[in-house]
Amino acid sequence: MESEDSRRLQSAASFKAFLLKSSTESHLNLYDHLTGMLLKVMDEHPPNVVDVIEDMSRDVKRAMLEEQQSSLRELPETSAAELLAEQQRSLFSRPEDADQEDELMETPLPNVSELGFYLEQAGVGLGREETQRVFLALKQLVESQALLRCRLWGKVLGTESSYIVAEAEYREGEEEEEPSLDEDETEPETEDTETDPLPQSTYKPLPEVPKEALGTGANKYVYYVCKEPGLPWVKLPSVSPAQITAARQIRKFFTGRLDNPVASYPPFPGNEANYLRAQIARISAGTQVSPQGFFQAGEEEGDEEDTSPRDSYEANPDFEGLPVTDMAESLSSWVHHVQHILQQGRCTWVNLAVKPGEDPNEEGEAEEKEEEPDEPEPEVGPPLLTPLSQDAEMFGTPPWTSKVSSTLTSQHAVAVLRSNLWPGSCAYACGKKFENIYVGWGLKYAGEGYSPLVPPLPQKEYPSGPEITEALDPSLEEEQVLKEALEEQQAAQEELQDSGDEAEEDDD
Amino acid sequence: MDSNSLYYSLELVAGSGSTLNVEQRTALQTSLVILKKNYKFHRVLFWGKILGLKEDYFIAQGRGEDELQDKKNLYSFNCMDWFLLPPATESMMEKVSKIKSRFIGDPSFVYEHIEIRRQGERDDATEEVVIKVNEESRLAVTVHQIDDEVSVVPRGAFVKSPHGLVQMNRSFGGLSHSEAGKLDNFLHFSEAKNLKKKSILEMGDLNPAIDFLDVLSDDIPKGSWSLQLECASKVCVLRSLLWLGLSFYHVPMTPQHGYMYIGDGIKNLDLPFML
Repeated sequence: MESEDSRRLQSAASFKAFLLKSSTESHLNLYDHLTGMLLKVMDEHPPNVVDVIEDMSRDVKRAMLEEQQSSLRELPETSAAELLAEQQRSLFSRPEDADQEDELMETPLPNVSELGFYLEQAGVGLGREETQRVFLALKQLVESQALLRCRLWGKVLGTESSYIVAEAEYREGEEEEEPSLDEDETEPETEDTETDPLPQSTYKPLPEVPKEALGTGANKYVYYVCKEPGLPWVKLPSVSPAQITAARQIRKFFTGRLDNPVASYPPFPGNEANYLRAQIARISAGTQVSPQGFFQAGEEEGDEEDTSPRDSYEANPDFEGLPVTDMAESLSSWVHHVQHILQQGRCTWVNLAVKPGEDPNEEGEAEEKEEEPDEPEPEVGPPLLTPLSQDAEMFGTPPWTSKVSSTLTSQHAVAVLRSNLWPGSCAYACGKKFENIYVGWGLKYAGEGYSPLVPPLPQKEYPSGPEITEALDPSLEEEQVLKEALEEQQAAQEELQDSGDEAEEDDD
Repeated sequence: MDSNSLYYSLELVAGSGSTLNVEQRTALQTSLVILKKNYKFHRVLFWGKILGLKEDYFIAQGRGEDELQDKKNLYSFNCMDWFLLPPATESMMEKVSKIKSRFIGDPSFVYEHIEIRRQGERDDATEEVVIKVNEESRLAVTVHQIDDEVSVVPRGAFVKSPHGLVQMNRSFGGLSHSEAGKLDNFLHFSEAKNLKKKSILEMGDLNPAIDFLDVLSDDIPKGSWSLQLECASKVCVLRSLLWLGLSFYHVPMTPQHGYMYIGDGIKNLDLPFML
């Protein structure tokens, strides 16, 4: 009996040793595998376990493989949102040495929340949080550039990104750097004097209209743009009349990059920053309005004969707001307070026909009149502070649409004025407060369709003269006729000579 | 955009410049619910605004069982009283295509367009044909055209059942941040015109349940869509350059999306000059 037990024990032990033998291929042994499988069944108690036991066995084997952590780990990517949030965080920081007293004084910024509220009533706006961010960015601009006065001009949408534009006043004594002018390469002189000289071009480019001085006319304010509130502000260059004239003839979207070249016909002198500035100047001149009486004309300088348009205005301290219904119904209760840009591209007209350096005495004038029979007429635009009722219609649409912001609570409503010529430009007025804003693509209403400028006719380059005019070659008959005529002439001459000789001979 | 999401989605589209004031928003929330009940719509959307010279039209759209086919458009002046617009027919569309001036704001206004047609080949007699369209039909045609040409949905937001029924996809989780930056993942929400032109190789990658619409990047001219990240880069906004005023928004990784048109209702035919 004992030997049977011991034999059974021995065979059990040897079988167990066999179970514990690790496989040559996978280094697993059946004993551990069976243990693991039964433990899994104990833990999970799956239904119909005998049917799924093979799958469980495979799962246990799979779970034995340890995952090795690869040495490559994923770098946490910073998304665009996170980057921007970091930059916008600086908007919310207060400078450490801001005194309480300073804050109570007048700030160059208007009341931010109030503006946002009125704009929302008018139906124009960027959304509450975005407006708040924009105004904080404006505050940052004012602090960094120490501006006297600053306001939000608006937003210009672009295809890749948009611009937020702020308008500020020039500080005294600020000069602009003149961009270095590229000199045109002079035509290389002809080397050989033996060959005919090339005809010289008689083309003279039109004289360039000079830019207006900083602080006057179209350059009255300086503009800063930024892409998103929190990103640094970039100052836009001042605008030149050539740019305004070109901007009037082209129709292009903005891309959102300031250094993008503007490819158009007629070619635009400058890149997107200049184009943006030109459009801003045109929009300001066309659509910045205020209730009548808010501004009054500045001090008149000079005599009555002085025909230069007045360009200064100041806030009227006695202004009392006009009632909202009046403002919404009649256009004459609004006036433009930005100078109109003339055809020339400036606000004040410049006579280009006057040659510089001439004495303006009577002789000079008489000479001038002889040389230039058609003196250009001075261009005159509507004077400052003209009411909107005098604005011209374009393409059959009235230039402005006015409405009241709410009909249900009309006592507290706001009068809203929308421009039809520059879609996106909006003005509101409520009592003594008013504001203008532009949110749009930066394009004027073009009516039925835009047709680009036709290129000019090709110019006559060569002055016509006998050397280069073609003459017909004589035909055969004509040559023969000429030949016969010459021969006759010769024969006649010889006869005369002969007769002369004969006569001489006779005399002898 | 869906009337349920009107609370917050207006802020997301406001980057284009136009928004509704508080009074209009509250009026809409009330009246759209009543509209849904009266017309038995499955969903009611606030479609947008068409700005006229004297008055603005507020447009709402109701969707029925099939999101693509059962659409009804309604207009209102005060966000409270809504009037049904007639469905747009071919003849109406042809007449309206001649009119290019701004909307006036009066639905009974009649536009007259005088067209001079020659009668016969050799005759000198020219016939003047006066085409009259009233503003209501012009409005209906414009809304239909805008929906047809520039309505946008993200890929995966709508599914087409084997019966042909197009419905919202309840398990749409939103596009990821990288997907939202590509124009390929946005589809036109109208009858597909370009699908048959795709090669079999391309069709192999598509899933017929969700890729039954045209992709935005196939639009001609290229570049007629502007894709940007707004609101501190949280929202992906698409703006159409063909119909200026249409904005589509989508918050990545969430199912929130919608589009709205606020503009003067005129197609931008100068687009090739402007790009």
